[in-house]
Amino acid sequence: MTRRQRGVDVLVVGAGPAGLAAARGLAEHGVGVVEVLEREVVAGGVPRHCHHRGFGRWGVTGPQYAARTVEAALGSGARVRTGVTATGWAGPLTLDTTGPHGLERITARAVVLATGARERPRSARLVPGTRPAGVLTTGELQQAVHLHGQRVGTRAVVVGAEPVGYAALSALRRARVTVVALTTDQPRHQLGRASAVAARIGHGVPVLTGTTVAELLGRGRLSGVRLRHRDGRLTTVDCDTVVFTGDFVPDHELARRGGVALDPGTRGPAVDGAFRTGVEGVFAVGNVLHAVEPALWAAREGALAADAVRGFLDGSGPAPGGPAIEVAAPLRWVAPNRAVPGVPVDGFVLRTAQALTRPVLVVTQDGHRLHRQYVPRRALPNRTLRLAGHWTGKVDAAGGPVRITVGGLRDGIFGAATE
Amino acid sequence: MTVTTKGPLSPKGQLSPRPYDVAVVGAGVVGTAIARELARHPHLRIALVEASGDVGDGTSKANTAILHTGFDAVPGSLESRLVREGQRLLSAYAAESGIPVETVGALLVAWDDEQLDALPGLLEKAGHNGYDAARIISADETRAREPHLGPGALGALDVPGESIICPWTTTLAYATQAVRSGVDLHLNVRVEKVSSEDGAHLLDTSRGALRARFLVNAAGLNADVLDRLVLGSGDFTVTPRRGQLIVFDKLARDLVRHILLPVPTALGKGVLVAPTVYGNVLLGPTAEDLDDKTATGTTADGLDGLLTKGRRILPALVDEEVTAVYAGLRAATEHDDYRIRCHEGRRYVTVGGIRSTGLTASMAIAAHVAGLIAEADPGLDLKDPVEPLPVHMPNLGEAFPRPYQRADLIATDPAYGTIVCHCERVTRGEIRDALISTVPPASLEGLRRRTRARGGRCQGFYCGAAVRVLHEGRGEWGPE
Repeated sequence: MTRRQRGVDVLVVGAGPAGLAAARGLAEHGVGVVEVLEREVVAGGVPRHCHHRGFGRWGVTGPQYAARTVEAALGSGARVRTGVTATGWAGPLTLDTTGPHGLERITARAVVLATGARERPRSARLVPGTRPAGVLTTGELQQAVHLHGQRVGTRAVVVGAEPVGYAALSALRRARVTVVALTTDQPRHQLGRASAVAARIGHGVPVLTGTTVAELLGRGRLSGVRLRHRDGRLTTVDCDTVVFTGDFVPDHELARRGGVALDPGTRGPAVDGAFRTGVEGVFAVGNVLHAVEPALWAAREGALAADAVRGFLDGSGPAPGGPAIEVAAPLRWVAPNRAVPGVPVDGFVLRTAQALTRPVLVVTQDGHRLHRQYVPRRALPNRTLRLAGHWTGKVDAAGGPVRITVGGLRDGIFGAATE
Repeated sequence: MTVTTKGPLSPKGQLSPRPYDVAVVGAGVVGTAIARELARHPHLRIALVEASGDVGDGTSKANTAILHTGFDAVPGSLESRLVREGQRLLSAYAAESGIPVETVGALLVAWDDEQLDALPGLLEKAGHNGYDAARIISADETRAREPHLGPGALGALDVPGESIICPWTTTLAYATQAVRSGVDLHLNVRVEKVSSEDGAHLLDTSRGALRARFLVNAAGLNADVLDRLVLGSGDFTVTPRRGQLIVFDKLARDLVRHILLPVPTALGKGVLVAPTVYGNVLLGPTAEDLDDKTATGTTADGLDGLLTKGRRILPALVDEEVTAVYAGLRAATEHDDYRIRCHEGRRYVTVGGIRSTGLTASMAIAAHVAGLIAEADPGLDLKDPVEPLPVHMPNLGEAFPRPYQRADLIATDPAYGTIVCHCERVTRGEIRDALISTVPPASLEGLRRRTRARGGRCQGFYCGAAVRVLHEGRGEWGPE
């Protein structure tokens, strides 16, 4: 088997918002050859099929945003190669690729993993029943509708009432599919207020809270879903389509195959505030770190990661190491997961396992309080919870792990909601 | 080469003056193997009819994908003999036709004293079945051989010959070779009534009438029903036994090196953990006797039970992502052995009660059935079979080079360098080849069984819509 061997300065895997922003930031500063590998035929990542607005000011849609970011990366001098898949590692900073032009082995001075996230499909959620056609995730639905104009079905149930559930609703409406219900196992929906009103009143779609999918029915094509309600009651809803939304997981295959340690909370690569993984020269950025944040956040990280990669390449970066950052229940995870003393971090992303009413986030190290932050609203599961990052300057490099806990109005009083 | 999927079997409602020599009902792994075996006699006109829209769409598609040695069969049974012979035949056939097989070996792990005490008996049984390579190994050796095993394993029976195989490619290879050798494969044909007419069987089907001099019942779960249609009675009843299975992500593959079989005890057979040739890890099956021959759904209790057992066998496994869950139905009967019986006067063979070993035994069953037919109907002249043209099936196995890894193939056709299904690394070239193959897929599920497309961890999140475009024929097949 012949593989073409060559070298570049920085190899970025994934041309979504994070990867493109990182490539742009590197190429703009003249970091030699910066190459982005994209396995899809078209670069731009998930925003390509997110037709809703909200990708920047003045109502930019996903496809518009994707096109702009690709253009910006190309304009900076970065190479973007589409239809090329990184299939595995041949060395710590060497990747094997497959594309229509053949096999390659590319060695870089630094590698940036920006492989993104995906929704867990029905099987990974262990939803029982038959295996009929008509069972989708939002990602597949949006591509079917927005990229290929495919027919989807006639009556759908959407599982999940987070913002992505609303995106599914809008794709289904565009495909002229009647949406019978949005269901969520949570005690309340997590749509924005406007989306919830639009779903219920604008489109007459009931939002069923405290409801799980007990079974999928139908042979060949889906004929219905059996729902289990909070009180244990089972009902059957006739439908030929069901969309499983949310429940995002990092696409970490390449990271794991490369021996990059994962954070047990996020299941993405463990990184420090400079987006450095445990493997020297390998960085990770975007939704592979935290499934899942908006494109603009991922792009912001990409730009910051570019600075960190430049620091690594010219030797001006901080020394590796630093204390781990841990969360205590009901918090589920935090990203980044390691503090670099003296390196300010733009901000941290967290998730909570249960709804919290106006929680206070408290950051401590070895019993010393580093930071305390009041969150002026409810924190909900599967929704972004952000923590400022300026306190990392106070971290003791030789100290124990940094802990993030939820405090009450006074520290120590638990602020969990009872709902 | 004829494959039909719709329209009447006899054009214009006129029956052909010459009936088929043999009609095989059921295009699962057994029916296709029989059709392939009979097709070695070029003078025979053979029909292979199948109720579903694809071959291997029943029990054959959803099993544990193991090529058995037959070490634990009931000694002296027909099953024991056919599994042993079938293992040899299918191993050779797989090597020749590109069906992925990996001889990873099996360990029957004993988790308590009762199971440990059962091992010597199993070793002896293996000997009675003509399998001499098995041996009992200590707890320490068991742990050394499977470092991720849960605590408490007391020892194991090592069966080095047990292998994993691709059940989809096997059925497809048989069907492909049969069709290329002249067998008429008629899909979507449900047999509704069988009568006798001028010394031939007249089959009334959902696609019209079909006549055949000799009839072979390889109808799997419905073999008892067909027996009653033909004979008016039957000597067995098929009770579908459901097996639910969980397929774990490829990233779990490094956790297990062998097929980890349970030690059968008085409480029945248990749950196994096995690698698959596609690089995943399988956990299952459950065993539930049902009445409904269509009940291929999974249940919450079934899956919970599997996870509980899996956690004991291989604790790290249950932390990995699940790629797929499925359920298959075994054609269990009230009898212990296969129910293969020739009704000579009726020119009819029933191949019933072929349970989980049917994949392994398929080629030996086919040879056995051909022998029964030759004896029952000398007029068919089954002497001197010829070797069919070999088939070379596309490789779905991870232990052998896949097209995306082959510079030579991509150089001749860039479509093999264009990955469409990212999780399974299925290329546009492979999807195209499947769609224009001898036995093309009828559905996206059929395409998955031929290529693995859409069968990976994302289950279509990334590639679902793109694969659908290709399947619906809207993709362009020219070079990029």
